[in-house]
Amino acid sequence: MTEQHVRWTAEQVLALAPDDASRKAGGRLGGAGPWSQIGGSASGSLWGLCKGSGSTPYRTVVDLAGPAYKCSCPSRKFPCKHALGLLLLWSAEGVGEPGEAPEWAAQWLADRAAKAARPAAAAGRPADEEGARRRAERRAARIGAGVGELEQRLADLLRGGLADQEQSGYARWEETAARMVDAQAPGLAARVRELGTIPSCGSGWPARMLEEAALLHLLDRAWLGVASLPEQLAATVRSRVGLPASGEGEAVRDRWLVLAQYDSVSPDGRLTTRRIWLRGLGSGRPALVLDFGPPGRPPGLALPVGLVLEAEVRFRPGSAGLRADLGERRPAAVPCAEVPAGVSTGAALEAYGAALREDPWLESWPVVLGPVIPIPGELGWQLADAEGTSALPVPLTGAGSRSRPGLWQLAALSGGGPVTVFGECGHRGFTPLTAWQPGSPEPVPLA
Amino acid sequence: MVTGDEGYDEGYGDWEELVGAALLGTDRRRGGGPAGSPEALLDAAAVHTVRRRAGLRPAEAGPRPQPAPRDPRPAPPAAARQRLAQLLAGRTAAASGGRRGAAPDLTELLPQWLAAAGRHGYRSPAALVPALLDAARARTDLRAPALALAGARGMWLARLNPDWRFALRGGAGGAGELPDVTDGAAVERLWQEGLFAERVALLGAVRAHEAAAAPRLLATTWATERAEDRLMFLDSLRAGLSPQDEPFLEAALGDRSRNVRATAAELLSALPGSALAGRMAERALACVGPEGVTPPAECDARMLRDGVVKRPPAGRGERAWWLGQLVEAAPLSCWRDRFGGLGPAEIVALPVAGGEEWREELHAAWCRAAVRQRDARWSRALLGPASAPPAAGPGTASLAERAKLLETLSDGERADWVAEFIRAHGLSEAFQLLGVCVVPWAGALGRAVVDALDSAREAGSYPWSFSGVMGLAERCLDPAEAGRLEILTAAASAPPEAESGAAAYWAEAFQRLVATLRLREAMLAELAPA
Repeated sequence: MTEQHVRWTAEQVLALAPDDASRKAGGRLGGAGPWSQIGGSASGSLWGLCKGSGSTPYRTVVDLAGPAYKCSCPSRKFPCKHALGLLLLWSAEGVGEPGEAPEWAAQWLADRAAKAARPAAAAGRPADEEGARRRAERRAARIGAGVGELEQRLADLLRGGLADQEQSGYARWEETAARMVDAQAPGLAARVRELGTIPSCGSGWPARMLEEAALLHLLDRAWLGVASLPEQLAATVRSRVGLPASGEGEAVRDRWLVLAQYDSVSPDGRLTTRRIWLRGLGSGRPALVLDFGPPGRPPGLALPVGLVLEAEVRFRPGSAGLRADLGERRPAAVPCAEVPAGVSTGAALEAYGAALREDPWLESWPVVLGPVIPIPGELGWQLADAEGTSALPVPLTGAGSRSRPGLWQLAALSGGGPVTVFGECGHRGFTPLTAWQPGSPEPVPLA
Repeated sequence: MVTGDEGYDEGYGDWEELVGAALLGTDRRRGGGPAGSPEALLDAAAVHTVRRRAGLRPAEAGPRPQPAPRDPRPAPPAAARQRLAQLLAGRTAAASGGRRGAAPDLTELLPQWLAAAGRHGYRSPAALVPALLDAARARTDLRAPALALAGARGMWLARLNPDWRFALRGGAGGAGELPDVTDGAAVERLWQEGLFAERVALLGAVRAHEAAAAPRLLATTWATERAEDRLMFLDSLRAGLSPQDEPFLEAALGDRSRNVRATAAELLSALPGSALAGRMAERALACVGPEGVTPPAECDARMLRDGVVKRPPAGRGERAWWLGQLVEAAPLSCWRDRFGGLGPAEIVALPVAGGEEWREELHAAWCRAAVRQRDARWSRALLGPASAPPAAGPGTASLAERAKLLETLSDGERADWVAEFIRAHGLSEAFQLLGVCVVPWAGALGRAVVDALDSAREAGSYPWSFSGVMGLAERCLDPAEAGRLEILTAAASAPPEAESGAAAYWAEAFQRLVATLRLREAMLAELAPA
C-alpha cells in the first residue's frame, strides 16, 4: 500500500466489529493461514480469498476510504469476520506492493468509485413541490393536534400532582407516547416515554420529573409558536419534535479526528443508534454523526477512534450546530498526531451552558477535559481538576451513563495521576468516552 | 455539581417550592402561591430548569486517590499490546459453538502470552489492567502471571474495587515496596501494620535472606493471627521448605485449628530428616517389611498429634486407612534397610505377603510419598517402563497419580517417558500425562504426538475423538513443528476421491493446528523487545 494509507492498528480494526463474536472470529482470521490472492490498490482497497468450510473460498473486498465492505459469505453482519480478518492481516503485516484488483473485486470497486463521482445534485431532482408542501402542511397539522393533546396531559399531571405517579405511572405515558407516534412526532414520543420511566428511578425523581415535564411543555409551546422563532431556534424545535431536517446546513471541509464511537440500543431493542463524535482539527468544531441499524444489524458506518479523516462535513440546521452528515471522505495521512488540549471542569460546564442558549433541550455537550484525576467512589465517581478543588460527577445510572468497565479502565490509565478525557458534559455530569494516558497520543476508547 | 439557582428569585418562588407544588398538584393548593395554574407552574419550572442547567458549577472534589507507585518495567511493544487486548477480549467473547473449523482458537494462548511477557519483564499496558484483573479473578491458573504483569498498578487498582480484593491476598510480590530485610525496625513495622499480601511478601523476602528468621518473625504474632491467615502463612513455607522451619512446624502440630495441624504435619513429613518423619518411619517400619504387612491396630493420641486422621472416608477400613497415612508420611529412605539394602525398583517389584489388597494400599501410599517428597528415584520405580501396559504398572494404574509422579522427574525425562508411552499405547490415554509436560513440548515428544495423530488418521478415526489432545497440541507443540505438520495437512487432503468425510476433517484439524502454531510463533516474536 502507498504511504497515503497509513495502516490502522489492530484496535482500530477491531473497533469496527459489530459484536464480540465477530471480533473473536475476525481475530482468528487475522493470520495468513486461510487466505490467498491477497492484494491492495494504491487508491486504498484490499481484497483476498478466504478459505471457509466450503469448497469455494469467500471473496472479500474492503474499501478503506468508506470504510466499506463486500464479501461473498452469507453472513449478514457488517463488516463480516472475513473483512475484519483481511483488515487485521493488513494492519499486522501489510499487504505488499499495490497491484491491480482481480476482476471480482474490481467490478465492485469501480461501482463504488462511479457512485462517489456522481454529483450529489441527484437529490435535487425536480420534485413535486406543491405536493411536498401539502404533505408538510398535513404533517404539521397532525403534530399540532398531538402537541395540543400533550399539553392537556401535562396540565392534568400538574393539576393532580406528581405524587401518585409512582402508582399510576408507566402504562398511561406509554399510551400518550403512542399517540405522539400517530401524530408523526417521534421526538415528542421519545420524551414522553422517558418521562414515564422517571418515577421508578429512585430518590429525587419528583424534581427530575418536573424538569422533564417542564422541558416538554417548553417544546410544545415552542412548536406552537415556531413560525415566529429565529431560524436556528426554529430548526432546533423542528428537529427536537422529530421532523427530518429540511435543507442543507453549513458545509465544513476539515481534517476530522474521530474522538469517540459508541452504540446504544432502543428500549424495545429494535433500533441501534451509533454516535460518532468528531472534532475538526483546523476549525475546532465538534460534530455528531449518527447512524442507525435495524434489528439484529449494526449500523453501517464505523470509524475507528483516533483516525483522522479528510472530509466535508455538512451540519444540519439547529440543535446547537452539533448534528452533522459526513460527505465525501478519505482517511488522511496521519492517524493521530497528538493529545487534544483539554479544559477545566468549570470551562466544560460553561461550554454546556452556552450551548443551552441555542438548544435548551440539549442533554450534553462534547468536551475534552484535562488534566483531570478520576476519583472512584462507592457512592459515585468524580473527575477532578488536577489543580484546585473542582470536580464533575460521573453519572452511573440513567441516560448518558457508561459502563463500569470503562470507568475502571479510566482509573487504570490514570493511576491516580492526571489524564485527558473526552466525553459528554451535561446536567447529570460528565460521561467519559475516550482517554489519553500521559505521554501517549494514542486514544483509548473506554468500554 | 452545584446548581445556579442562587439569585434567580424573580417571583417564581425557588425550585424546591416549585417541586413541592408539583408533587401536591395545583388543584389541591390553596391561596395561589407561586404559579397558580398548571401552565404557569410548567412555565416557571421550564425557566428554572434551563437556568439551573445553564448555571451549573463544578462540585467540590472528594479526596483524590494516592497515586500508584511507578512501575519501572518497560511496556510491551505495540504489536504485543494489541495481541494481549485481543486475547483478553477473546476470553469473554461468546464461544462461537458448533464445529471448530480451520481457524485457530485464541483463548488458550493467553497463559502463554502472560508467561512469555513475564520472562521479558514487561509491565501491563495500563488500559488493560482491569481486563487482566478480571481474567485473574475468573481463572486461578492465570492468577499469578496476570497479577505479576499488572504489577503495582494492578495492586493500586485492586485496593479501589472490592471485586478485585482477591489480588491483595495473593502475595506474589504484588504489594508495594518492601523494606530492606536487614532493617529490623522496618521489617517489624510492616509485619505489624502491613496488608496480608505485603506480609506474605515480606515473609518470603526475610526467608530468602535468612531461613531461620522467617519462623522467628511468624512466632511474634502467631497467637493472634486468624486461623485462615495462619494456614496461609504456613502454606507459604511450602516453597523452599528447609530443616530450619522444623521447630516452628513441630509447634504448629499443637495448633487450635485442625487444618493448620494437618498442614504442619504434611510439611514436616516432606522433610525426611524431621522428628515427625522419624516418628512416622518408626510406625511405618513396624507395619511393613519383607515378611509382609501388618496394619496398625489402633490410632493413638500421639498418632493423632502427628496429623493422622482417625476416621476413614466411607467405604474404607480404618486399619488400611491408618496404614496408608503412616507410609505416606514416612521418609522413603527408611525402606532400603528394612528390605535388606534393595533399591526402590526392586522393593516395588517384591510380592507383598498378605494379599493383593495390601499391595495396592502400600503402593498407593508410596506413590503419594514419592510425590510429597519429590523423590525421582522412587517415582521412576513406581511408574515402571513407559511401554508396559498401564494396568500392569508397578505403582499405580491411575493416570492422575502417574501424572503427579511424572512431575517429580526432570523435564527431559518426563517428556521422554510420555513420548515412549504414546508410541506404545497411542493417544487415547495420554491426555493427563501430556498435561504435566513442559511447554513447548520437547522435540521427541512433539513428534510422538504428531505421529500418533497421523496414525489415527490413517486408521480412519475421526479427529474429534482426539479433540482434547488436539487442543493441547495447539497450545504446547513447538512452533518449529509447523513445517512438518504442513506436510501432513497436504497428505490428509491428498486422496482425490476422499473416500470418507474423515479426510476432510483431518485436513481441517491439521490446518487449524498449523495456523495456531504460526500464530503462537508470531505472538512470541511480537513480544521480543524492539
